[in-house]
Amino acid sequence: MRFVDEFREPELISKTAEEIRRLAGTERQYRMMEVCGGHTHAIYRFGLKDILPENIELIHGPGCPVCVLPMGRIDDGLAIAQRPEIIFAAFGDMMRVPGTQGSPLEHKARGMDVRIVYSPSDALKLARLNPEKHVMFFAIGFETTAPSTALTLMRAKAEGIRNFSVFSNHVTIIPAIRAILDSPDMRLDAFIGPGHVSTVIGCRPYEWIAANEHKPIVVSGFEPLDMLQSVVMLLNQLRRGEARVENQYKRVVPWEGNRAALRAMAEVFQLRPYFEWRGLGFISQSALRLRDTYAEWDAEQRFDIPGVRVTDPQAAQCGEVLKGVLKPHQCKLFGRECTPEHPIGALMVSSEGSCAAYFNYEHRKAVLTSLSSMA
Amino acid sequence: MSTQGTTEAKPVPIRFRDSQIEMAHGAGGKASRRLVEGLFAPLLFGNIPGPLGDAALVDISGARVAVTTDSFVVKPLTFPGGSIGELAVNGTVNDLAVSGARAEALVVSYVLEAGLPTSILEAEVRAMARAAREAGVRIAGGDTKVVEHGKADQMYITTTGIGRCLGEVAIDPCSVRPGDKILLSGPIGDHGITILLARGELDLEADLYSDTRSVLPLVEALVEAAGPGIRWMRDPTRGGAATSLNELACDCGLGIVLFEEQIPVRDAVRGACELLGLDPLHIANEGQFLAVVAPEYADAAINSLRLVPGGEGSQLIGEIREQPAGSVLVTTLYGGSRIIDMLVGDPLPRIC
Repeated sequence: MRFVDEFREPELISKTAEEIRRLAGTERQYRMMEVCGGHTHAIYRFGLKDILPENIELIHGPGCPVCVLPMGRIDDGLAIAQRPEIIFAAFGDMMRVPGTQGSPLEHKARGMDVRIVYSPSDALKLARLNPEKHVMFFAIGFETTAPSTALTLMRAKAEGIRNFSVFSNHVTIIPAIRAILDSPDMRLDAFIGPGHVSTVIGCRPYEWIAANEHKPIVVSGFEPLDMLQSVVMLLNQLRRGEARVENQYKRVVPWEGNRAALRAMAEVFQLRPYFEWRGLGFISQSALRLRDTYAEWDAEQRFDIPGVRVTDPQAAQCGEVLKGVLKPHQCKLFGRECTPEHPIGALMVSSEGSCAAYFNYEHRKAVLTSLSSMA
Repeated sequence: MSTQGTTEAKPVPIRFRDSQIEMAHGAGGKASRRLVEGLFAPLLFGNIPGPLGDAALVDISGARVAVTTDSFVVKPLTFPGGSIGELAVNGTVNDLAVSGARAEALVVSYVLEAGLPTSILEAEVRAMARAAREAGVRIAGGDTKVVEHGKADQMYITTTGIGRCLGEVAIDPCSVRPGDKILLSGPIGDHGITILLARGELDLEADLYSDTRSVLPLVEALVEAAGPGIRWMRDPTRGGAATSLNELACDCGLGIVLFEEQIPVRDAVRGACELLGLDPLHIANEGQFLAVVAPEYADAAINSLRLVPGGEGSQLIGEIREQPAGSVLVTTLYGGSRIIDMLVGDPLPRIC
């Protein structure tokens, strides 16, 4: 298959892995954080840990929008959807995320009108097809998905579609990275930068990490070769004592970002003063709400919401795992009380969450004495 | 859900603790297994003599007969390559086939929603007649119930089949040994992805058809070529190949290692899975089967399958190992590996 197979070419992967082993040597440990949940998923799905030398440690970052969404927000969205006229529309990612009274999928089984949509514009289409109903799109995601929500709202306004609204949970990546770096127990050498977010914001917003924190960052694609090449680029910088922003994912990410997408976001959204992140707590100016010019399409303004804060159980150590202080399996609840089927902490919820990815793809491999005899 | 052997009434603890039935309990993955093993099996079968198979084997006056039943709820009713009527026949024929039996007769039960256009019902009955003819099975009887409009989704079909055992085939997960080979009859994921796209919610199109068919001709060829070497068979429907193989791994207590590059997947299915964040190993099939055969029979088995029309795409996709016990591991050509678990709930597209 084109655009996929060439990035999974076994011979090139072996060569790149060889190069990584040569550059990494054995003297020291390298701790690299992949910011994006898509990368976390790819690392486990492609078994990249089996290929990397032991002294390169990949730390899973906060870039999983489902994982960082506080449970209270899900409760708020589902509370609105209890009204008989509401169709609750969301991405498939959201469907199994538990609120205190169950996930959207469980509410659907009990009779709530819950629809999976592939894009916000599909939700708007639902509103056009169901004029007697009100379609509320439960929006999640970083700058990757925020522009399509913005464009959909602009279209709803232009066409005067009034039976449509957005419950915005859009968040922004830079404040989350800042929060991670501000954490005192954080020891990181470098960042694998988020690929999809950067198609929108470009590479420039990361320059402060390189300049002020003196940490290299390489914006990376999601195929095995992309990620391995990014590790090579980071190792080269670290060995030379450099800290620059580099773009490995040039085939998709423009250095300056996507101006049209950024304009659409600026037209529709404004920064919230602060927003709660599951596992990380409140982070200032880290999330997007609709501007007052779009109040009519803002579910938070149109409907009463309970707004009750739900805290994660004390025993769940999501924050430590999110910051890379603990490995998923080192959490007290991992694999016992907290599993993908019955997630307690945020990171077990989405397949991009580091705990779920670790649980699904990795943890039972630990019993293997040797993989060398395989295939 | 069927047991092998006789049942015996003895109190068995009910382990099913979920407070209500959710969609996931019917999706064929972990939750389904929990429901069957934790509630149905203890109450209905008493002490289970062994793992649950696709059909029950019953002795009737010395004759060994296989019995199975399956209900079909599909939305939409028709889709590229098939419809609910064909699924209802082929599904039950296949459950018998992978239990080592040739379907002899089916009985069918319809639950119809008031208001269903007769033309739709007629088309599905015709589809069933055609599929039964092609599979060489007789439809011997049936029953019809009609429920109020809005109390069912157009039509549900249940088929129950009895079959005669094919020669000396012993399907038993406990007979699986390290070194045994795993065989797959053709490309996976066609049916599930076709249905997902046919629902029209994703605005994706692909030149793709459901693989619904009777696998009996393939199973018969396999039995003839490698009968004594066949340890286990299963048709990987809901939950996909990963779920069937995880069940096997749990039942036999051994590890299953798959070689990713050997697993046949059409480009259209791969493409859709890449886009939607799904794994082809979790996607439903309606016309494929998996078999575990003793290593000395592997070549004969694969060669015989490839000679049968529709079996050209058969592949050896992996083998049984001691480790990782109770799990399925997928390895890649470039040396990576991942555990693949049973499906949790329905496969959902991942966007952000």
